[in-house]
Amino acid sequence: MFGTALIVFREVLEAALIVGIVAAATTGIPGRMRYIAGGLAAGLVGSILVAFGAEKISQLAEGMGQELFNASILGIAVVMLAWHNIWMSVHGRELAASAKQLGRDVVSGARELSVVLVVIAVAVLREGSETVLFLYGVAISGDASQGAMIAGGAIGLVGGVAVGYFLFKGLLRIPLRHFFTATSALVLLLAAGMAAQAARFLIQADMLPSLASPLWDTSGVVDNSSLLGKLLQGLLGYDAQPSGMQMIFFVAVFAAILLGMSWARKRAAEPSTATPVTT
Amino acid sequence: MKRLALATLLSLSLGAFAQADKTDFAIAIKDHKFSPDRIEVPAGKKVKLVVENQDATPEEFESHSLKVEKVIPGKSKATIFIGPLKAGEYKFVGEFNEKTAKGVIVAK
Repeated sequence: MFGTALIVFREVLEAALIVGIVAAATTGIPGRMRYIAGGLAAGLVGSILVAFGAEKISQLAEGMGQELFNASILGIAVVMLAWHNIWMSVHGRELAASAKQLGRDVVSGARELSVVLVVIAVAVLREGSETVLFLYGVAISGDASQGAMIAGGAIGLVGGVAVGYFLFKGLLRIPLRHFFTATSALVLLLAAGMAAQAARFLIQADMLPSLASPLWDTSGVVDNSSLLGKLLQGLLGYDAQPSGMQMIFFVAVFAAILLGMSWARKRAAEPSTATPVTT
Repeated sequence: MKRLALATLLSLSLGAFAQADKTDFAIAIKDHKFSPDRIEVPAGKKVKLVVENQDATPEEFESHSLKVEKVIPGKSKATIFIGPLKAGEYKFVGEFNEKTAKGVIVAK
């Protein structure tokens, strides 16, 4: 039962961290909880579909379908998070200033929220499909009794969700002045870390060279399979033994989003060309 | 035209040669155990692992040091590329059955 709980916890944790960060980062956008719930639901349904299509997906692209699938959904998440951060760099402060003024900037708000929906859906999809497959394996192998399996899965699920929730609540305690800086930094790291993971899948599929691998090895300090390693991986994209190619992806995406944010802020500061944001 | 065809053929055969340069290794999963559970591979080369899951249940081939994470559905084969590796030992596990499914790749 504890084995089941631990594995489910580990899988849920990563998705829960992402949901926690995104939920905090979208504070002040009206109606966001509906989109977050929609993303969760879509991700869960998708997980089940992907889990049962796993064999078909694996066989695609000459046996490299799974790698391509993972790299693609990570890529989608990176693009969405980038868009989110760039959008927030212009509208975040505005939202904070008028947190109670509902209905403001609804059109771009809605577009932003569909981005949130997609990010959450793909995060849940990626981790969820593995969880479904694992539980399915336990169920048909008959090693554990059904009851123990359900209990273990539930404990793991609740544990993972709890960590995400505490992260969300913790982020909300950050004073408003620093709030958007903090959440933007987290989203930035999240996106860069996901890009590095996508690179890892493409290397695994033999579509990219690994270049120098590993660039360094800190697995003696914090290993990626440890709980702390998992947390740091989910939050900061930590990898104890990164390859050169992963580092390139991390740095490139990090820099590109930062540039996009400062470009958007500059453009918004020019009063003549920018679309009016006042009500 | 002939020259172009020749060049294409040459590059194709070179491509095939590059492919053949990667060495294949077969690993089976049975009763949630790897066999062999110790595989020696050449260091400094890209290596292809062909993992056959003979169990009915899915397994996830995972190794942080090898940078691999791949779900292998029950009764199916999966191809995994690793390396080029520096000489040393690299542990891997079947994440869904971590207690029994363990192995090590030794790069020499």
